[in-house]
Amino acid sequence: MEAFIISLLAATLRVATPLIFGTLGELFAERAGVLNLGIEGTMFFGAFVGFWAASATDSLWLGMLAAISAGVASGLLMALLSVTLGVNQHVSGLGITLLLTGLSLFSFRLIFGEPRVPPSIAPFSQLNPFPGVPVLEPLFKQYALTYIALALVPLVWWLLYRTDFGLRLRAVGENPEAVDAAGISVFRLRYLALTVGGGLMGAAGAFLSLGQLGAFTYGIIAGRGWVCIALIIFAHWHPVRVLWGALLFGGVFALQLRLQTTGANLPYETFLALPYVVTIIALAIAGRGAAAPAALLHPYKRE
Amino acid sequence: MRFRLERSPAPYWLRPLIPVVALVITFLLTASLMIWAEANPLEGYYYFLVAPLSNQVSAIEVLVKSTPLLLTGASVAFAFAAGYWNIGAEGQLYAGAIAATWLGLTLDGVTPLVAIPLMLIGGFIAGMLWALPPAWLKIRLNVDEIVTTLLLNSVILFLVSFLLNGPWRDPISGWPQSPEIAASTVFPKLLPRTRLHLGFLVAMIVIGLMWYVLSRTRLGLTMRAAGLGPQAARYAGINVKRTLLTAALISGGIAGLAGVSEVAGLHFHLIEAISPGYGYTGIVIATLGALNPIGVAIAAVFIGLIETGSQTVSRALGVPAYLGDVVQATLLLVTLGALVLQNFRLRRRTTASAASLAAKEA
Repeated sequence: MEAFIISLLAATLRVATPLIFGTLGELFAERAGVLNLGIEGTMFFGAFVGFWAASATDSLWLGMLAAISAGVASGLLMALLSVTLGVNQHVSGLGITLLLTGLSLFSFRLIFGEPRVPPSIAPFSQLNPFPGVPVLEPLFKQYALTYIALALVPLVWWLLYRTDFGLRLRAVGENPEAVDAAGISVFRLRYLALTVGGGLMGAAGAFLSLGQLGAFTYGIIAGRGWVCIALIIFAHWHPVRVLWGALLFGGVFALQLRLQTTGANLPYETFLALPYVVTIIALAIAGRGAAAPAALLHPYKRE
Repeated sequence: MRFRLERSPAPYWLRPLIPVVALVITFLLTASLMIWAEANPLEGYYYFLVAPLSNQVSAIEVLVKSTPLLLTGASVAFAFAAGYWNIGAEGQLYAGAIAATWLGLTLDGVTPLVAIPLMLIGGFIAGMLWALPPAWLKIRLNVDEIVTTLLLNSVILFLVSFLLNGPWRDPISGWPQSPEIAASTVFPKLLPRTRLHLGFLVAMIVIGLMWYVLSRTRLGLTMRAAGLGPQAARYAGINVKRTLLTAALISGGIAGLAGVSEVAGLHFHLIEAISPGYGYTGIVIATLGALNPIGVAIAAVFIGLIETGSQTVSRALGVPAYLGDVVQATLLLVTLGALVLQNFRLRRRTTASAASLAAKEA
């Protein structure tokens, strides 16, 4: 039983890692007043570019860097559309998801062809800070990226609530007119938020292709970007609650994987669908009364 | 010398040209991918846009491809017109496909005159049912419908996978696909010796009804009012919640019809890949068609052409067919940008305009 709980907790952290990256990325965008529905495609693109660059350079960290750059590029495109041109954010974000999904699949087919066995690389190995220690060894045997994700949560909290930049970023999502009147560029802040956010989304995708799988597959993201969009509402746009939300989803996901193998008398697809259904229910319970940033969805036009 | 953007609408003669300009820019951008795939872009675009229309057989194939797109485009446009962001047409299509398969396996021996209307009604209801939870959560608990409709798209794929690997697995082939539906439930062909089926006619009727509802009925008026501004609509005495619920359910029903049409008209059994993202393409089509039924019809046939063309170019030149997806998405984003830019003009920043700006700011 103890071993079961420990492995469940360890798996929870592993599943939560890309969600923490992705949701914090979305947090930057939405706190600045832009809903970025490009997240699903950006994660997919990050997963692909990361895998491609890693297999071309034989360096996983260069792959990660390339994935982050790809995410930044996606954020810039979203900024061009939603900030500079002031296009409808729902449609432009979904358009970016469709574009980057298509582009990733096109490039993958062109570069790797249609091999019978999907190409793979040796993925990141896990850090093991407590070798030989019971309980601690299996619990803390995690990818470096998991530790980075966990460290990002307080860092983003500090950035948002304890720095001038954070104050401005939050203000630009609530009342861009006031920010503009104070002589601070609304455009520059939103561009910055979207590019930083895009970089985090790219990293989220690359965690899956470079860490967990060591491969790039068609279903690698499988709606995780949409889960991030749900988690941000669940988290009431607060970085620490993002962590709880990601751990909740990660926990349910890790649990269903184990329930599948313990052979409960239900089709395994029921368990696969469970985390998504739980997310919807959690949203209905915890998302109520959450106030989105006031300027979310509103492009800023200087009169 | 500096330039600035000034708000000033494009002249009237330019407006009809905007889709053309967007198309040209899209092809210039995506030509780089053709070159990367070692294909001549001009030859590529010939196979993409001209070759499918050059003979009758493949021109009719374009209409076959357009059939589900007409329906998902109409579904999305119907919801968006009321300001309800239904991103779940993909899932609602699968719900319709499941219902059609179930009825198709059950209604063996029933005359087509009864069976086919039952298939359509069943698929419509299934799409409505899959659209119901997000709509209910939206109007009851104010839960964002974008997130819930997107998440349900993932959920229904698991349901389909369960059905195809479990109770509906084809006993003959053993593949994860359902057995074929009964002959009496198969849609009749509209033209002999082609694949064009009743679904296309259904889609055209839906587009016509959508035009009628949106422009000629009280429901259409309240929907458009709610879409323009829920607050103002509420003050005008419109029951916005009920309007959103109606729009959401009809939208889901129309998407369900797309699923019925694909099962009963084209595939004759349920497969996991029955929709390569038609629900999401519906969003592209609704936007390109400016949420207008006639615009949606034109956009759907055009995207149908691109889908067919991407297969042609893939066969002829070895360019991955995913190029079609890239072209569609690029066209969407470029059009969105062009629609905004038509309201602006690039002006050289002169001292006079700088002075007038300073005067305005003072």
